[in-house]
Amino acid sequence: MVPTSYYLILSAVLFGLGVVAFVFKRNVITIFMSIELMLNAVNLAFVAFSQARHQSDGQVFVLFVIVVAAAEAAVGLGIIILTARNRQSLNVERVDLLKL
Amino acid sequence: MSAFLSANANLIIILVKIALLLFIVLTVNAYLTWFERKVVAHMQSRWGPHRVGPHGLLQPLADGAKFLLKEDPTPAGVDRFTYFLAPLMALALALTSIAIIPFGPQPLHLFGHDITLGIADLNIGILALFAITALSVYGVVLAGWSSNSKYPLLGGLRSSAQMVSYELALTMSVVGVLLLAGSFNLRDIINAQAHHPEWGIFGWNIWPQILGFFCFFVAAVAETNRVPFDLPEAESELVAGFHTEYASFKFAMFFIAEYTSMITVSCLCTIMFFGGWLSPFPASWTFTHYLPSVILIPFGLWVIWDGIRYETIFGRIILPGIGTAIAAIGAVFIVFPAVNEFIQGPFWLLAKIFVFLFVYVWMRGTLPRFRYDQLMAFGWKLLLPVSIANVVITAFAILKWGAR
Amino acid sequence: MTPQLAIFFVLAALAVLGALSLIFQRHPIHSALSLIVVMIALAGLYLLMGAEFVAAVQIIVYGGAIMVLFVFVIMLLNVGVEERTNVSKLAGVAGVPLAVALLGFLAAAIARSNESAQTGLQSGTLANTKEISTMLFREFVYPFELTSFLILVAILGAIVLAQREKS
Repeated sequence: MVPTSYYLILSAVLFGLGVVAFVFKRNVITIFMSIELMLNAVNLAFVAFSQARHQSDGQVFVLFVIVVAAAEAAVGLGIIILTARNRQSLNVERVDLLKL
Repeated sequence: MSAFLSANANLIIILVKIALLLFIVLTVNAYLTWFERKVVAHMQSRWGPHRVGPHGLLQPLADGAKFLLKEDPTPAGVDRFTYFLAPLMALALALTSIAIIPFGPQPLHLFGHDITLGIADLNIGILALFAITALSVYGVVLAGWSSNSKYPLLGGLRSSAQMVSYELALTMSVVGVLLLAGSFNLRDIINAQAHHPEWGIFGWNIWPQILGFFCFFVAAVAETNRVPFDLPEAESELVAGFHTEYASFKFAMFFIAEYTSMITVSCLCTIMFFGGWLSPFPASWTFTHYLPSVILIPFGLWVIWDGIRYETIFGRIILPGIGTAIAAIGAVFIVFPAVNEFIQGPFWLLAKIFVFLFVYVWMRGTLPRFRYDQLMAFGWKLLLPVSIANVVITAFAILKWGAR
Repeated sequence: MTPQLAIFFVLAALAVLGALSLIFQRHPIHSALSLIVVMIALAGLYLLMGAEFVAAVQIIVYGGAIMVLFVFVIMLLNVGVEERTNVSKLAGVAGVPLAVALLGFLAAAIARSNESAQTGLQSGTLANTKEISTMLFREFVYPFELTSFLILVAILGAIVLAQREKS
């Protein structure tokens, strides 16, 4: 049997790596993907706790998180496409002013 | 050595099953291409491959040799990692989906171990198959993009958009079957159809789920990019869509992936809608248990008779040999009743899979292609609402009459 | 080293390698492929914990739909390799040890906590999918229906955003 703390440590590591990717990458889409990585890390923690306490609440919540991530990805990528069309660049450092 | 074998018996059994199933699936793939070429040719009033061996039976070997020995160029400017990954992914996913299919109800008793027919008996059988189908979109879209060329990109994007659209109708059309069976497990789905053994063919899921079956079959044909939904692949037959820039062996991998997914879809259709390994005859008609022998022995004798009069000497040796083998297998089933009982399940499953493969090939020889906008309109505006309606109707029917 | 522990370490290593690859790859498509690897590794971990339905949904929805969306957008926008910009050296020299220290502290705190319950395949009374669906349609039925509205709003938003301007 694998102790719960192993899963939690893995979740923390993945979350940290997501934060690192979020801070250091310059492509908007890669930053968006790092958000998905963080959400996945949180999902792992949810499922680990759900199994530790032998309840299904955690897994139901994971389903909701996945649904919300899907909706967010759809709208976020729509925004990214629009931004890329208007500014011809996907570099976040060029999208730091409201003025085009 | 034998101590090691007996200690890790389960692992060894699974590994042997995997190796055997891989070999069988790849051989069936190869001869499925032969079968397709022969059947389409005969539908078009010509012969198809008939030179390379007796009745063209060695054509798949010749094709395999061609794929292995041909030059394998890599175009300039491709994204190398993705270019090599795409066919690998397509092939790996297609072959993985065969592992979930159960092939027979009774386990085989060998060397004191019970060996179930089928590699993995998952509680989420159908869902795992849909997961694999969902991932196989990547093989197509990555192949199209990494080829660094216009036509593959367009073909890949169109093909993957088609696959994603029809995936929805595919999953919704199966929900009716799942409601009736109450489980995702493929064996449970077949056993739910065996609830009334005296009904025979009338206990199968096809009768309550006729709408679901048509939605599933059409969506599955679209998923596997076969005629009449193969416009992204055929692109007016000048360039081959997403696998244009792929040569010999990588193209062979896409090819094998497509035919393997055809086989998987046929297996799924028989398991979910046509009773899997159940016999169409009522269970009390035990004389029908001789049907495998009754089919195999005359077929073997006919192959012998045809072989004796064949034109080449090679054919005159090989064909009677094959015919004798087939007739001998049929005779074994008559002589050993225990083997006969064991073989009933797999025989019916394989027969039904063969019928579905024939329908696939028949459609290839007969139907014209959908145009891309017609294809997408059909998937979203017709198939998806119909499959959702099927779920609603099934749910109400179960509420009223119970799931048998 | 039980088989479960071995499988856990393999999948965990795969997930961490995928995440590292996401950070260090220069082309966004390779980052996307690394993220898919992470998701499949996590699905394997969910299976190891006995959460089979969540594992299947993770692959179907996350790996088979959301990441396909990402891959489509990356291909359609034709993004190239990332350019090098000047990341401050101080961040690298001082930040990485600090981050590792923080992580180690967090890991020690988690490992020392009283989570004595061991995860693993539970011998529950109901099958996993039935349990989840019962809970979903009884206690969580309102959020479940609200997510359908959420998805509708997201679809409308995505269509409006990605429209071509009517000029």
